[in-house]
Amino acid sequence: MDFTYDDEQTALREAVRGLATKAYGSFEDRRQVVAQAPGFDEAQWARLAEMGVLGLPFSEDDGGVAAGPVEIGLVCQELGRVLAPEPFLASVVHAGGLVAAAGSPEQRADLLGRLAAGEIVLAAADTSPGDRWSADGGGVTAAQDGEAWTLTGVRDPVPNGARADHLVVTALLPDGGTGLFVVEGSAATRSDYAVIDGSRAARVQLDATPAVPLGEPGHDLRPTIATISDITRIMGAQQALGVMQAQVASTTDYLKSRKQFGVTLNSFQALTFRAADMYVSLELAHSVVDWATMVVGSGTRADIASAADRVGLQVSRAARHIGQEAIQLHGGIAMTAEYSVGVRTAHLAVLEQWLGGAQHHLTRLAATVTDHETVEALG
Amino acid sequence: MQLELSAEDAAFREEMRTYFTTEFPQDIRDTVLEGRELSQEQIVRSQQALNAAGLAVPHWPEEWGGRGWTDLQRHLWHEEMQAAGVPTPLAFNASMIGPVIAQFGTEEQKARFLPATANLDIWWSQGFSEPDAGSDLASLRTTAVRDGDDWIVNGQKTWTTLGQFGDWIFTLVRTDPEVKKQAGISMLLIDMTSPGVEVRPIELIDGSHEVNEVWFDDVRVPGDLMVGELNSGWTIAKFLLGNERVGVAPVGATKRALATLKRNAGDLLDDPLTRARVAELENELLALELTALRVVAHSAGGEPHPASSVLKLKGTELQQAVSQLALDLAGPGSLAYGAEDDSEVPGWARRSAPTYLNLRKASIYGGSNEIQRQIIARTILGL
Repeated sequence: MDFTYDDEQTALREAVRGLATKAYGSFEDRRQVVAQAPGFDEAQWARLAEMGVLGLPFSEDDGGVAAGPVEIGLVCQELGRVLAPEPFLASVVHAGGLVAAAGSPEQRADLLGRLAAGEIVLAAADTSPGDRWSADGGGVTAAQDGEAWTLTGVRDPVPNGARADHLVVTALLPDGGTGLFVVEGSAATRSDYAVIDGSRAARVQLDATPAVPLGEPGHDLRPTIATISDITRIMGAQQALGVMQAQVASTTDYLKSRKQFGVTLNSFQALTFRAADMYVSLELAHSVVDWATMVVGSGTRADIASAADRVGLQVSRAARHIGQEAIQLHGGIAMTAEYSVGVRTAHLAVLEQWLGGAQHHLTRLAATVTDHETVEALG
Repeated sequence: MQLELSAEDAAFREEMRTYFTTEFPQDIRDTVLEGRELSQEQIVRSQQALNAAGLAVPHWPEEWGGRGWTDLQRHLWHEEMQAAGVPTPLAFNASMIGPVIAQFGTEEQKARFLPATANLDIWWSQGFSEPDAGSDLASLRTTAVRDGDDWIVNGQKTWTTLGQFGDWIFTLVRTDPEVKKQAGISMLLIDMTSPGVEVRPIELIDGSHEVNEVWFDDVRVPGDLMVGELNSGWTIAKFLLGNERVGVAPVGATKRALATLKRNAGDLLDDPLTRARVAELENELLALELTALRVVAHSAGGEPHPASSVLKLKGTELQQAVSQLALDLAGPGSLAYGAEDDSEVPGWARRSAPTYLNLRKASIYGGSNEIQRQIIARTILGL
C-alpha cells in the first residue's frame, strides 16, 4: 500500500505544472483565452500533444503511451489547479476513452492517433435535455439502412461540442441496447454557448445524420459506456482536487495578507477556524480521490462504479464547502470575474455535473447499505 | 501508488485477525461488541492476554516488549483489534506513561515500572487536568515542594479517568512558581495508596462513574520518582500527548459501531432517509480510514504527515454522529435507560442515550476539537 507518486510520475507532474503555469499562472491570460471561441488555446493544445499528454491513456498501437490512471489523474489535477480550459477531461479522458474501449483497431489508430498528436478535438455526446447522468443513450436513436447508419435526436449539453472535429454519440439501437457512433462535427447542427466557468458547450441536433458505429455495429455497449463515464468521474474528481487545493492556498494567503481594522485577517479566529475546516474537507477528499484512482487501475467494473459513487459524493460535498468558504473568506473581491477565486468556485460547480452530484451518488449508495456489513478501504 | 497490502503486510493482518477472533477471550469481545461496560477485571484480563501474546505494547522499545513494527503494521494491529471487539490496551499504561518512562526514565524506573505497566499489574492514572487547567494545561497549580530528598505535593487533579481503579498516578506538578508557566513543571510518579491521596468520584451526564477528582494533601513522594529532569515536565507532557500517529482516530471502533447499528436497526433501514444517513456516514468513515492510512504510510521519517491533525477532529465527529443515529433509531426506546435487563426494549436502544451523552467527551478530551483547528490553522496553514 502506497499513496505516493514514483519518480516518473513526479517528473510528469512537474512538467505538466510547468506548462500549465506558464500559460495560465496569470489569471488574466485565462480570461483572455476563454473570452473567445473555441474557449481554449489551440497552441496550448498542441503543446500538450508535444509533451505526450494527449496520448497518455492510449495504447502504443493507438499512438499513445499506455499510462495508468495515476498519471492521467495527476494531469487533471494540474490542469484544474490553474483552471486550464483545454478539454483534456472531455476530449481525451471521456471521448477518447469511449473510442479506446469500443473502437475497432483501425478506428482507434486513426482517431486516437490524431487526438494524441493534437490534430483533432473529440467530444462525447451522451446527455440530452432532462437527462440526469444516465448512460442509456436515450434522446438519440440510431437507424440502419444496409451498411449505413444515421442518428436522430438532440444532445445538450455537449462539452466542447461546437469545436469538436468528431462527436462520439451514444444512441438507442433499433434492436435494443445502446451503441456508440462517430459523427462528423460539421454534419451536425450545432449551437455553441458559454458555461458558467467560461468553458464552452453546445446543443447538437442530429437529423438523420450519417454516423459510423464504433466497433462491431449493433452491439449493446451499455457496460462499456458506464465504465468510461465512471472513470471520467474519477478523473473529474482529480481535476476538482487541483481546484480545491488552489482554493485553500489562495484563501490562506489572503488571510495572511489582507488587512482590516488595522490587522491581517488571520488575527480573527472565526476566520482561521473556517480555513482549518476547509483543510479538513480537502484532505479527506484527497484520500478518497487517490483511492478511487487506484481502484481504476486494479478493480472490476463494479468496483470502479462504486468508487465513482464514493468519490462523487465526497468530492461534491467538499467542492461545495471549499468553494463557498473560499468566496466568503475573501469577501467581495471573490465575487468579481477578474479574480480567480470566484471563477474556481464556478468551475467546481461545473465539475460537480461531471462528477454526477452528491445527491445522485448518495441515492445510489443508500440503495446498497444493506448489501455489506462495513465498507473496507483495503478490500 | 498501490492499493494492495504487500504480501508481508497482508500475512501480518491475517495473523492479527486470527489471534483476535479465535484466541482472545470471547466473553470480553462479547461485552465490547454488545456495547456493554467492561469490568475492571475484564480490562486487566484483556491486557494480560494481549501482553502474553506480545500484542500489548508493540510500539515500546524492543528491550521492553516492543515489536519493531512499521507504523502501517501498528495501524493494522489497531484496526483488527477494534474490528474484533478486543479492547485496546489501557491508554494510560500502554500509550502514555510506558513510552515516557522508556524515553525519559532512569534505568531503575524502567526496571521497576515497565514490565508491570505492560502487564497492567500496575494500573496507571493520569494526573494532568485541574479545575483551572483544562485545554490550557500549563496553567496547572498543584505544587511539589522539596523536603530533603522527597517532594511534598499539594493540590487537586480532575477528570481522572478510571482513577477509582488506579494504583499509581503520573502527575504534572509545579516545581518552580517563579518562571514562565511551562518552565516550572515536573512529572512525579505517585503511589495512590500514599497518605494524603484521596479519590472522589464525579458523576457524569450519562449516569456513569468514569472520572474522578484526585486530591493531594501533603503527600510525600520520594525524590527518585521524578521522571526526567527537574522542571522538564512540559517537554515530557508534549512528548506524551504528541508522539501518537497510530490510532488517533477511532476508525475501526466507529466502523464496528455503525455495522452493529445496521444489524440492530432491522426494518428501520427501509426508510430511505435512514439509509442515506448510513450511506453518508459510511462514506465519511471510508475517507477517514484512507486518510489514516495515508498518514501511517508516510510518517516513516518520524515526522507525522500533516493530515494527521485531521484524524482526531473528524474521527471524533463521526464517532459522535454514529451515536446520534443510534439515538434517533432507538426513538422512545431510548427512554428505557434505567430499565431492568428483562426489559422488552433491546439493550442497544436502552444504551443509546447514555452512549450519545458519553461521547460528547470525545471532542473535548485529548486536545479539544477547537485546539485541533488551532493546530491546523497555525501549524499547517501558517495562519
